[in-house]
Amino acid sequence: MSKWIDVCSVDDLQKNSGICALVEGEQVAIFYMADNSIYAINNYDPFGKVHVLSRGMIGDIKGEPMVSSPLYKQHFNLKTGVCFEDETVSVASYGIRIEGDRVEVNLNGVAK
Amino acid sequence: MSNKQTLVVIGNGMVGQNFLVSLMASDIKDNYDVITFCEESIPAYDRVHLSEYFAGKSAAELSLVEEGFFEKNGITIHLGDKATVIDRANKTVTSEKGKVIAYDKLVLATGSNAFVPPIPGNDRENCIAYRTIDDLDDMKEAAKTSKVGAVVGGGLLGLEAAKALQDLDLVTHVVQFGPRLMSAQLDDGGAGLLKQKIEELGVSVLIDKNTIKIVDGDVCKHKMVFSDGTELETDLILYSAGIRPRDDLATLSGLKIANRGGVIIDDHCLTSDENIYAIGECASWNDQTFGLVAPGYAMARTVVNQLAGGDAFFTGADMSTKLKLNGVDVASIGDPHASAPGSLVYTYQNGVEGIYKRLVVSKNNKVLLGAVLVGDASGYPILSQYFLNAIDLPSNPDSLILPARSDASVGLGPDALPASAQICSCFDVTKGAICSSIEGGCTTLGGLKADTKAGTGCGGCVPLLKSVLDCELEKAGFEVNTDICEHFAFTRQDLYNLVMVEEIKTFHELLTKHGSGSGCEICKQTVGNILASYWNEYVLKEDHLGLQDTNDTFLANMQKDGTYSVVPRMTGGEVTPEGLIAIGQIAKKYGLYTKVTGGQRVDMFGARVDQLPLIWQELIDAGFESGHAYGKSLRTVKSCVGSTWCRFGVDDSVALAVELENRYKGLRSPHKIKFAVSGCTRECAEAQSKDIGIIAVEGGWNLYVCGNGGMKPRHGDLFATNLDKETLIKYIDRVLTFYVQTADRMQRTSVWMENMEGGLDYLKSVVIDDKLAICEKLEEQMQRVVDTYQCEWKTTIADESKVKRFRHFVNSDKHDENIIFVEERGQVRPANIEERELLKAEIA
Repeated sequence: MSKWIDVCSVDDLQKNSGICALVEGEQVAIFYMADNSIYAINNYDPFGKVHVLSRGMIGDIKGEPMVSSPLYKQHFNLKTGVCFEDETVSVASYGIRIEGDRVEVNLNGVAK
Repeated sequence: MSNKQTLVVIGNGMVGQNFLVSLMASDIKDNYDVITFCEESIPAYDRVHLSEYFAGKSAAELSLVEEGFFEKNGITIHLGDKATVIDRANKTVTSEKGKVIAYDKLVLATGSNAFVPPIPGNDRENCIAYRTIDDLDDMKEAAKTSKVGAVVGGGLLGLEAAKALQDLDLVTHVVQFGPRLMSAQLDDGGAGLLKQKIEELGVSVLIDKNTIKIVDGDVCKHKMVFSDGTELETDLILYSAGIRPRDDLATLSGLKIANRGGVIIDDHCLTSDENIYAIGECASWNDQTFGLVAPGYAMARTVVNQLAGGDAFFTGADMSTKLKLNGVDVASIGDPHASAPGSLVYTYQNGVEGIYKRLVVSKNNKVLLGAVLVGDASGYPILSQYFLNAIDLPSNPDSLILPARSDASVGLGPDALPASAQICSCFDVTKGAICSSIEGGCTTLGGLKADTKAGTGCGGCVPLLKSVLDCELEKAGFEVNTDICEHFAFTRQDLYNLVMVEEIKTFHELLTKHGSGSGCEICKQTVGNILASYWNEYVLKEDHLGLQDTNDTFLANMQKDGTYSVVPRMTGGEVTPEGLIAIGQIAKKYGLYTKVTGGQRVDMFGARVDQLPLIWQELIDAGFESGHAYGKSLRTVKSCVGSTWCRFGVDDSVALAVELENRYKGLRSPHKIKFAVSGCTRECAEAQSKDIGIIAVEGGWNLYVCGNGGMKPRHGDLFATNLDKETLIKYIDRVLTFYVQTADRMQRTSVWMENMEGGLDYLKSVVIDDKLAICEKLEEQMQRVVDTYQCEWKTTIADESKVKRFRHFVNSDKHDENIIFVEERGQVRPANIEERELLKAEIA
């Protein structure tokens, strides 16, 4: 079932960077891109085995939005959560939207 | 009239379907009218990943049949109908529903049945064989009224079945007849670790249990009674104790059957009837049957080749396998049991991280015969290449299973593989096939997968595939490209010049004018670094924040557990007793691990991101400032105690070190920079191993440049001698600014110097003789950086909006509960993964 959960204010977002929110016990990394698009994936780095992806640098690989792990620099597709270097590895990706001045996350949703 | 022959395929499982796909991809696809029988109600699906049905995958997602495959290729499929009679004399097949079809060629792909041990009570209610999607539906139904489930059989499929039971929320047991799990593929050590890992996941594993009967239970539906007198109560029993070839139809038809079961085939996969082939698990070749798909696929290819008039042979199959069992990596190659006479064994066991590796090599230590990997199967692609191609092992074969240390590389480069090397064993793709696809214009991993199918099965070969691709592209001269990344077709030096000449102050402006896309961590960091070197603005300014690596973003060094280390500056390694006490008190208050660094200062580890501003507030109050340990910038100026105290000291090395550190602190550079000053030629400060090294001599200061320690140590070159302090500082200003302007990203001064045309003499001519007439500019630039220095921590904690970013959750004051420490030698250290799980469980 799709359920949108209020997470924070738009002002809490950091342009060109990431933040982390706690959503029903899940650590959700939220990224606010230069073009105002917004993505949410799980904060867990499956290579480093710690919750740090929100602190990675963002950008694109051939037009696909990505975050680079702050630990060992693997890249994850922000739309799908799939690792660019090893497609067998991925993190969960979530639905996210801005409603008015609020940011909402849907743990069962898929990214745009 | 059609002169096509009729080809009947009995069975549409994984191998039957693979045969059809291979046939339709071949030149002879139009030679046959193809008819296939499929006893199940749905066409071929991925039996290997059956348990994913419970983890939420639908039958459609498990399907191996592309939509419209049968229609498009004109294949008639009889679903839910089973061939029951083969009349070999009249060459017809009769089905259960009464269809009679005349054939010219027949292919048997009837697969196998789950073996149900002949135990009294084995057919009680809710005792199910684990084999088909229908079985899974029965299981689902039975699970509704069950609390406990048991799997009979601890092989590959049995462990998959256990995962399925867990996914259905049953208390799960695995009952293994033999002494270890996956007995064919693993040795005792590997199986032991696997058992431990499976048990950690909450599955109980019973070993050496021979079930003698199944009777009514006291608490549960059933009670399994074992030969050793013990019992197990369970509501649901799954049989996954191996497979038996389905050869009943072949037997009825009078085809020759092997003693141990299976339709006998020759090297062409032909049965005892010249018009009937058998492939997959129903076939017996050389008295062996094969319970994996890869050999079945190889047989399918052989038959297609035979039908096309080729002379391919089935030559047996590699039974190596790699899989993830409930998240545990397991791989087995060749003969893991060392059954060949004289074979030698290497083992590596890491109890802390839960890793077991075993190599079996030939008597002469040259050829890999088998391997077992549990807990970390990343070595599988390379090891299987050694095995499949009988490549000579390195002189120290154990290096293949020992953890990689420093730069001792033992990898098998893709260049070392012959063209015949099989890269993808699922689809039998050789390196030769991959190379010809690359020659044909394929330049991406995705393209290779689509073109050759390599890497689209189990995926285990993808890393190797990638390295073959890279290697071939490089050989083809594709990319000897100095662009820093896909977003900027420039070198770092080009970008620096653009920033300087066009007075560009933001990444956005540079990207808009000279780049494309939205950037990546390479170009953002590089440009962020250039802007900081040139303009020296606050690195966390809104425009620059997204350009900083996590260390710069949080002005601290991220460690492996996601916490940070904090390093206040101690210029020249000098610190007052009050300063030391303050650091001690702060470390104690926040529970930090402290260590003295090689740069003569104190590093404090284990700070959570939310603690950083609090810690820094206290450090600043105690008179400290940022040590820039997180930045690509000046780190430390190390010094010996010098002439003030030392009997041999020639000059005051500490005073100079403090002055230099204060001058250059905060300078952002292509890589970190380290200095040292020694008070005499005894060189206690090890200045010759630094980027900038200074040694006091009778006539003044001697300057050494471009040394470093690290992975590839290099002594600094003597650059100028007997300098007075003023000249010394001028030279250092010029060398450093020239380095900052012209080096590549992440290039230390040593490599910069070695790559410079003209080397040391050229650098001297620029810096001392002012050959390029830029010295004044270089000094000016450095003076601007010196004049605009700020302690980034002081700026940060004075700005509430910046401090706000230092918390783990934007919407909660909770901490990351996965950060857990344990004590060692009187201080904290990060808990390793096992300890973390244990402690978390205790807390819960």
